[in-house]
Amino acid sequence: MSWSLLFFLLVGAVSLAAALGVVTSRQPVHSALFLLTNFATLAVLYITLDAQFLAAAQVIVYAGGIVILILFVIMLIGGDTNDFSAAQRAWSRTVGMALGIILLLVISYSALSRMMAPSEDTAALLQGGTPEAVGIELFTKYILPFELVALLLLVALIGALVLGRQQEGASEGIPSVKANE
Amino acid sequence: MLSQYFFILIMSGLAVVLPLAAIVMGHFLGPRRPDEIKNDIYESGVETIGETWVQFRAQYYLIGLVFVVFDVEALFLFPIAVAYQQLEMFAVLATIFFVLLLVIGLMYDWRKGALEWQ
Amino acid sequence: MDTALLFDNAVVLLPELVLAVGVMVLMMVDIGRRGQNGSQLLAGLSVAILLLGIGASVMIWGRAPVEYLDGAISDGFALSVRLVILIAGVLGVLLSRNWFPAIERQGGAFYSLHLLAVIGMMLMGTATNLIVLFIALEIFSLALYILSGFYRENARSIEAAMKYFLLGAFASTFFVYGCALLYGAGGSSKFTQIHETLATGGGNPSLVLPGIALLLVGFGFKVSLVPFHMWTPDVYQGAPTPVTAFMSVGTKAAAFAGFFRLMMTALPSFHDQWAMPLAILAVLTMTVGNLTALRQSSVKRMLAYSGIAHAGNILIALVAGTAAASSAAAFYLFAYAFMNIGAFTVTIALERQYGNENDVEQSRLAGAAERFPVLAAAMAIFMLSLSGIPPLAGFFGKFLVFKAAVEAGWAWLVVIGVLNSAVSAYYYLRIVVAMYFQQPEQAGDEKEQPFVPASRSSVFVVVVSVLAVVVIGLQPGLWADLLRGLGQ
Repeated sequence: MSWSLLFFLLVGAVSLAAALGVVTSRQPVHSALFLLTNFATLAVLYITLDAQFLAAAQVIVYAGGIVILILFVIMLIGGDTNDFSAAQRAWSRTVGMALGIILLLVISYSALSRMMAPSEDTAALLQGGTPEAVGIELFTKYILPFELVALLLLVALIGALVLGRQQEGASEGIPSVKANE
Repeated sequence: MLSQYFFILIMSGLAVVLPLAAIVMGHFLGPRRPDEIKNDIYESGVETIGETWVQFRAQYYLIGLVFVVFDVEALFLFPIAVAYQQLEMFAVLATIFFVLLLVIGLMYDWRKGALEWQ
Repeated sequence: MDTALLFDNAVVLLPELVLAVGVMVLMMVDIGRRGQNGSQLLAGLSVAILLLGIGASVMIWGRAPVEYLDGAISDGFALSVRLVILIAGVLGVLLSRNWFPAIERQGGAFYSLHLLAVIGMMLMGTATNLIVLFIALEIFSLALYILSGFYRENARSIEAAMKYFLLGAFASTFFVYGCALLYGAGGSSKFTQIHETLATGGGNPSLVLPGIALLLVGFGFKVSLVPFHMWTPDVYQGAPTPVTAFMSVGTKAAAFAGFFRLMMTALPSFHDQWAMPLAILAVLTMTVGNLTALRQSSVKRMLAYSGIAHAGNILIALVAGTAAASSAAAFYLFAYAFMNIGAFTVTIALERQYGNENDVEQSRLAGAAERFPVLAAAMAIFMLSLSGIPPLAGFFGKFLVFKAAVEAGWAWLVVIGVLNSAVSAYYYLRIVVAMYFQQPEQAGDEKEQPFVPASRSSVFVVVVSVLAVVVIGLQPGLWADLLRGLGQ
């Protein structure tokens, strides 16, 4: 067994355990922290795939930004009363698990029986995921998605303004969450 | 390629081991004589009031969201700076359009008071 | 890559570009205005931008389709869907103009989100690439989540936004997972490339079916096919009615356009495998939608379930999977845009009459024809058209879809579709009967309420919709020739 495979298995196991922790934790804050672990291990896996830029993005945006937002939301709702596990119905959990296992089996079958199709971008991948390589790919093949992301971010900016606004007539200093009731 | 990251691996290993070692050693070596005051929550020496879970204001979230938007924007702009020499005029114009959209979005949020603390 | 060609071919995305620049202008104007002034100016500006978008679409009509930037094409189908969405957008802005208490202050944000939703929807019909398809889906979904919660003074509206957002985000994860599996199967994010790889025996075909299943959840949620329809009545009822009107038409047109193009250009070689599950979904969707609509007491909820049933009808065209069927679907959506928005507009006018903020109970409609003869007549036309009674627009939509399906060998599915139309006629006609042949229960105080004139723009929308429903019904051949399907 080569060192890189051993390393991959180790990081992959941590990543998987963290992912399981996200869905099984009873405390939302614990879920968020498990998610952070999961994002960090994913970044490590990206590095082993020579995708350095993606790894940096993973750490900066997901681990640094998204998890913080998730924690904000948990704190916003109030973290103490959020044990949702009891609210799940038994049948929906069973059906969900069954569908998940079917998906897992199908994907593992296809991964084991035949390698994933060679991507048209294989040549680019082999050059490594340095920012430069990503930049050239992004600005030749993927200009359109790049522009659309700007529109998506614009929707988020306007949406934040709309959702965060104080209701008219609400007195100053009352948290807007309370003012909505 | 990977060998460049070997040092980071060692570094992160150290980062985990050192604080862990400090905690474990403290656990075994330190004397333990607990009493009520010592077990109390420490909050800058002031006695704590109320629950630990307080409701945050929605505004934190708002600022956080705007932060993430520009986080993503910066991330997209980084590759163009690196690859600039090899790009065509069209890509540069596309980037200008990208930035323009988000600058207007920022101005909009700014002028409409989304960034003011209420 | 030839730079000059890139600039030349940018006309492929001209309508989207016009709207994107329009959004920027709109936001700048909104930044410049003071206080409550100028919200009417913003509405006028948005209508002008959308009309410019229609002009741009007409300008590039009939050009040879070119694939642009590996992710967008503007063939006849894309243009037809664009037209439907832009029309829905114009009518939606006109309806929203005087509706909101908050629109005086937040008008800029509202109209910008509205235009951005239109851009996202148009791109769904244009996308030839999984990444573009997904981002387009997210653009319009995100904008619609916020728009449906815009009526913040109403708890139902916030609830609708919350439900729509949580379930929609969940559906989006299925969608993007499906995209990833299709990418793994075909080795490319481009539809045509996926088809080529899989048709020549390459790639990994065992991933195609799970990919389709996951994508189906995402699309099924957006167009509200039956196991994924739970959100529809609550969101339609809770969202501000002008937003509901726009979203019911726009989302359907956009999501179906993307669904058609994906299935028919990337996965036609798997038609035998995906047609039957979709046919079963179509049967379920039509039947559950129609049977549940029978029991609704609120007009908006009834229209929501009727929308679910119509989604089932359009799905029949996808099951058939031929070029003729896709052009029939484009025609169906075109007709549906006018009759559905028209029905919601009359609902808005009636909401004003009855002083009820965001919905109308069907029991209130009794005797409405006497008090509001014009509104009742318009509503009757829309109801008859929705139930598919000739010679109105809705009939020809159904007729073309069913015809294409029979030609493709799906006669049994069409039989179920026709039976369902008969069921649906009951609840559509019930409204007409209530308006014309029933007496109001408390005749006394109903009559004393003063007549509240409908706003000029909603009168305009009703007139346009009635004209369109009648004209399309009288001259169906003209429009059927104009609206194109895939590969035509």
